Amino acid sequence: MTAETATTAAPRALARQRRRAAAARFWREYRTHRAGLFGLAALVLFALVALTAPLTVGSDVQSVTDAPGKPLESPSLQFPLGTDQFGRNLLGLVVWGSRVSLLVGLLAAVLSVAIGALIGVTAGHFRGWYATVIMRITDWFLVMPTLVLAIALATVMSRSLGTIILAIGVTTWPTTARLVRAQTLAVESRPYIERAKALGGGHWHIMSRHVVPNVMPLVLAQTTLIISTAILAEATLAFLGLGDPSIVSWGGLLQDAREAGAVSSGDWWYLVPPGIAIAIVALAFTLCGRAVESVLNPRLGVSR
Amino acid sequence: MTAEATPALVEGPAADPGDTGSAAGRGPRARTTTAYLRYVAGKLTGAAVSLLAVLVTSFFLFRLIPGDPVKFMTGGRPVSAQQIAAYRREFGLDLPLWQQFTDYCGKALTGDLGTSYQFRAPVLDKITEALPNTLLLTGTAFVLYTALGIYLGTRSAWRHGKLGDRLNTGLALTLYSIPSFWLGLLLIIVLSVGVGPVPGLFPTGGMESGGKEGFAYVLDVAHHLVLPVVTLVAVEYGQTLLVTRSALLDEMGSDYLTTARAKGLRDDLVRRRHAVPNALLPTVTLVFVNLGRTVAGVILVETVFSWPGLGGLFYQALSVPDLPLVQGLFFVFAAAVIVMNTLADLLYPLLDPRVGR
Repeated sequence: MTAETATTAAPRALARQRRRAAAARFWREYRTHRAGLFGLAALVLFALVALTAPLTVGSDVQSVTDAPGKPLESPSLQFPLGTDQFGRNLLGLVVWGSRVSLLVGLLAAVLSVAIGALIGVTAGHFRGWYATVIMRITDWFLVMPTLVLAIALATVMSRSLGTIILAIGVTTWPTTARLVRAQTLAVESRPYIERAKALGGGHWHIMSRHVVPNVMPLVLAQTTLIISTAILAEATLAFLGLGDPSIVSWGGLLQDAREAGAVSSGDWWYLVPPGIAIAIVALAFTLCGRAVESVLNPRLGVSR
Repeated sequence: MTAEATPALVEGPAADPGDTGSAAGRGPRARTTTAYLRYVAGKLTGAAVSLLAVLVTSFFLFRLIPGDPVKFMTGGRPVSAQQIAAYRREFGLDLPLWQQFTDYCGKALTGDLGTSYQFRAPVLDKITEALPNTLLLTGTAFVLYTALGIYLGTRSAWRHGKLGDRLNTGLALTLYSIPSFWLGLLLIIVLSVGVGPVPGLFPTGGMESGGKEGFAYVLDVAHHLVLPVVTLVAVEYGQTLLVTRSALLDEMGSDYLTTARAKGLRDDLVRRRHAVPNALLPTVTLVFVNLGRTVAGVILVETVFSWPGLGGLFYQALSVPDLPLVQGLFFVFAAAVIVMNTLADLLYPLLDPRVGR
């Protein structure tokens, strides 16, 4: 009995041990990229701010009716970033907006990368007409101006967060699909795939046990990079008035600022904070993605 | 629009014989020319299929919209049933969907993109009116950001790891992460409206002040062009810089560079005559692939600076929403990117003999 569990547990323990060693090796490599560490620190900070927002500012910060200040006050001790056209505390709004921007960025990127990975792996695994058709469609999406397509989708659907996530997700996947397909083709030409096939492994077995674990690192790096695209796209759609007007997001704040005439009256303090927040988060995700990419694939030469 | 796009496509091969001639003059025999023509035919067919797909997509995508287009047209005013029926007949909305589709395709092939709800004018007229303004803005920005990106990317890669490279890449990545519309708004506040002691140096928007003629008019337009172009260049050059940099880094370890140095060539010559031309090959394709991103940038920058171009028109059409205009512009933007990509595909084998032969 005990001997039996030992033999079944041993390979699993071995696998776990190897995985832990790989993660430690990854972290040791990652630590040498200073820009990546900076990005990671910024992300942790923003994630904390977003997660603790209900405690620090509370959801009544977005209430228009009982706003604490007068409309369009300049920054003061009471309102460090000033107030918006309804007299709401801008600092609170920027903190609260981080939740929506990060959530949309994450979910849209996960959706986009999931579609891309699924299409990439299947197009790389099943050759023939399926791959040809799928890759033609991918190429077609690849040359389409992403934002124009996302705008078109957001226009024809109802104004909601789900729409924005869907619009970004279904328009940004082609690059991932191409990358994943190339990696899948590389993996599938390795001898161990032939061995798995010879031992009777089916399509599902080969894709889930051999291909997916091998493309996962690439998918991870790609997700990080896509999140920054998605956050910028969310801000852009909200700025164009395609977001849900009842939800506070960084792009929405910028649109409010423009509509309140902050540009012509020179109220720079209204415009600067949301934009800086967008830029820092997008930059942080880009830096992390590039660091992960160069750890996993030093030949890419991104941050040599 | 297809009627317009097709000549542009036909121009590809029509302009090519000269280039092919020069390529053939350099050595390869007639067989390579045939191979190239076959390659061209394949690429053109692909582009035509893509354009057709865009046409079909743009029709069905904008029929998904919930609600009655007539409601948007009347803007919520109370209207009689007869008026609604008249509107429906005027815009062909009373026909079955398949008939609307065949009508739409038939008309699109002759260059008729329908009538704008908002302006009560043919969509094609609105587009041709705005197109030159967009071309002026985009063209200027495209030339500048490509040149700047390639120049800085080359310098960065040549001295990679040094302080200059790190600053360069850092700045490019930062500007790349900034929303273009936000940068535009900030530039307007600082340089047009003026903050504190800084006076407004540039106009806040538009393309001309009006009432100017001749050379004064050109200067006036150039004055209006500065801020939009600066914004576009700032957010777009980073991509070119990074692509050029990593392409050149890939070439850096190559043997032919060692040979060139061993011949005693100056560092500068090794870079300009040997390394950069090779590194530019992947850059060319990516510059064109990234045009899709530039289209997005143009829409935002034109909106922020009230530039009377296609992007500004798109924003106006979106806020109604003026479906025929949105649909027409969607087609124009997609077609522009497809046509540019096809041109890049056609040029590429002429630049790099290893491709497509």
